[in-house]
Amino acid sequence: MGVFDGIKVADFSWAAVGPVPGRILADHGATVVRVESINWLEIARVLPPWKDFRFGEPNTSGLYPLYNTNKYGAALNLRHPRAAEVAHRFVEWADVFTTAAGPGFMKRLGLDYESVSKVKPDIVYYATSMQGQTGPHSRHVAYGSHTAALCGFVGLAGWPDRDPAMLYGAYTDWFTPRYAVTVLIAALDRRRKTGQGMYIDHAQYETAIHFLEPIVLDYTVNGRVFTRNGNYDPYAAPHGAYRCRGEDRWVAIAVTSDEEWQGLCRVLGEPEWTREERFATLSGRLTNHAELDRLLEEWTVDFPPEQVMAMMQAAGVPAGVVQTPEDCHSDPQLKHRQHFRFVEHTEIGPFGHDSPGFKLSKTPTEYCRSGPCIGEHNEYVYKELLGMSDDELADLVAEGVIE
Amino acid sequence: MSAHDRGETLLGGRRALDLTDERGFLCGRILGDLGVDVIKVEPPGGDRARNIGPFYHDVVDPERSLYWFGCNLNKRGITLDIETADGRALFKRLVEGADFVIESYPPGHMDGLGLGYQALSAINPRVILTSITPWGQSGPYSEYKATDIVSCAMGGFMSMSGDADRPPVRISYPQSWFQGGAEAAAGTMIAYYHRETSGEGQHVEVAIQQVNCWNMMNASQIWEFWHRNQPREGAIMRDLATGVMRRGVWPCKEGHVVFLIGTGPLFGPSMKAMTEWIESEGIDTSALQVDWVERGQTQMTQEEMEIWIPPVAELFKRYTAMEIYLQSVERHIMLTPCSNAGDFLHDPQLKDRGYWMDVEHPELGTTITYPGAWCQTNAAQMGGWTRAPLIGEHNEEIYMKELGLSPQELATLKGVGVI
Repeated sequence: MGVFDGIKVADFSWAAVGPVPGRILADHGATVVRVESINWLEIARVLPPWKDFRFGEPNTSGLYPLYNTNKYGAALNLRHPRAAEVAHRFVEWADVFTTAAGPGFMKRLGLDYESVSKVKPDIVYYATSMQGQTGPHSRHVAYGSHTAALCGFVGLAGWPDRDPAMLYGAYTDWFTPRYAVTVLIAALDRRRKTGQGMYIDHAQYETAIHFLEPIVLDYTVNGRVFTRNGNYDPYAAPHGAYRCRGEDRWVAIAVTSDEEWQGLCRVLGEPEWTREERFATLSGRLTNHAELDRLLEEWTVDFPPEQVMAMMQAAGVPAGVVQTPEDCHSDPQLKHRQHFRFVEHTEIGPFGHDSPGFKLSKTPTEYCRSGPCIGEHNEYVYKELLGMSDDELADLVAEGVIE
Repeated sequence: MSAHDRGETLLGGRRALDLTDERGFLCGRILGDLGVDVIKVEPPGGDRARNIGPFYHDVVDPERSLYWFGCNLNKRGITLDIETADGRALFKRLVEGADFVIESYPPGHMDGLGLGYQALSAINPRVILTSITPWGQSGPYSEYKATDIVSCAMGGFMSMSGDADRPPVRISYPQSWFQGGAEAAAGTMIAYYHRETSGEGQHVEVAIQQVNCWNMMNASQIWEFWHRNQPREGAIMRDLATGVMRRGVWPCKEGHVVFLIGTGPLFGPSMKAMTEWIESEGIDTSALQVDWVERGQTQMTQEEMEIWIPPVAELFKRYTAMEIYLQSVERHIMLTPCSNAGDFLHDPQLKDRGYWMDVEHPELGTTITYPGAWCQTNAAQMGGWTRAPLIGEHNEEIYMKELGLSPQELATLKGVGVI
């Protein structure tokens, strides 16, 4: 029994911010169908890693399945003149319709909210995009790496004396869907109680700014522009990533109180410099943080980061290995949480899929299926879910509408 | 269509008791934006997070923390010491009428107070308890201490951020507690839907480390498939199909932009439009005579990339990041500025969407401009856009009007430090 049993989602979205809310619904019982074109592969299907380095094939990417667990795959040639006809069958069937396109694109397909709600007045229509469905920049197209810059995060990565550093991946694609899904679920709840549908215009940009809200207020109130500062923290010193033994190995340490400072000094064996007056108070340590960082690193560099973390934590000092992706796979805490779920993908085989950070005591997240191959469930979707006859399906396949 | 003037909210009539510290503020904030009556429960004297800056006009004062303002907008506030027996008794009475309880104490702390999920569910079986911690409620590291940078480090993303010749960096403005709070709101809403259909509440618990792991995107799968970790390469973004090092962040006359040179259907059209712009500026484009769109995405070499970069860099030297961005919108070039808070406020798109909200702060004799609705719908407004609560601001409303305490009883509880 899933929380969303009986909820039907026609998922016309792509990339990550589009499909992730649908994944959350699918992981908890909803019937979610990803509808995709073979002749226009969505970006998550072509991004790495590719099984056996098979680049450019639709079903070899280890990225796409992460955002589409427990969904069904249906192929539909959206460039075909009869595509809208089939798409409207999905709309008639669905409770929720999702898209990640800007304005215009869905209208051309006859799948904008106005058209869709004519077919299905109580539809919950979730449109997510970089900058929203209205406004002078709503049609500006870019990828996640670009969006992270527009939303302020790239400018906050790196050192004040250097250019900003790129952020790996698509930073805003992971947390903005968490906001969006709260609205989507509330809309479903409202629909269940009132029978009314809803149009949801979710802009990543407008959500993402809330992750910087205090420094936005610092600007609107105090006129101050906060900028990147390496690993400096105004409330902790030492604070940063410190080199450890091994190749490019690092440990993060944060000392936020006198108690933690004393714990750190004990771990180091209280060398002479730790007793210097200038390091005795937090304000002194903040003033002299650069020197403190240097002295601390002279010590950390002789130990593997795992050992520094264990010693510091035993002394009550916040510390953690700067884990590589490889480290994360062997992290005992992530193992305990079963963060990576080894679900079988039809072409790739079993591999680790990230789990959500939440665990629900009575309705746990289900891990039945990996993301679908493109059109993997055509028969089931078109016949069982949409109720097409064998002849009808054969006709649409012959015409090239269904791929 | 404005999101702010529709009267109805999505979750009006629901109530949350918010016991969190800064590690969990955002969960209640999101529920409050959806219309839940969120009551921030602070220890007498106020939450420690009121000492986190920046501050209104830089005056350090628990009623002037902009961090507090931002994280607790759309909440009401009471003070209550749940470490005392009287405090716990009052809290349990509040739980009777609550839909959600949100907390971010160390694992086991609520159980130790007799306020764990079993106890709360015995009082109100419909209540949803949401617990937010850095590592989760159990496991080998569950007792470990964490700060933002420690959580970023253990979540894998930080190892890939920063310059190659310097230590890995976190995003300079702390993100982990917001990551955890947003995830908690998502999990809480699943539990809420279940509650509405089944009548039963449950315990939702969040491990922030796991949430941070999602920021790795595909890097953990890349390790699993190919046994490669992703390096940190500063302003460079490596194309994984070809291994070509592409510049991602570009310095401009003022500020920086993100732009990626590439070929094929994904990047080619944008580079074609960029080439046309460069040419129109009278910059030598002989190095850019490439069939950007038709050439395959993997058909590029490092040597080519090196000769493609200079004319683009030359263009960017002539204009500010904002000028380049606005021109790129016109020319359909995939490019964005590395914005800061000031850029947000001046962005014509956000203005056109009616994004900014002026919130009254009568005690300060002013209004403050806040980021607005994070989602627009055609049917419900988001938030009441009321400022964060003052210390104990709604004590009388809650304790006297709702729980029916007499003025004497309230005075006594204040006197002994429970409220």
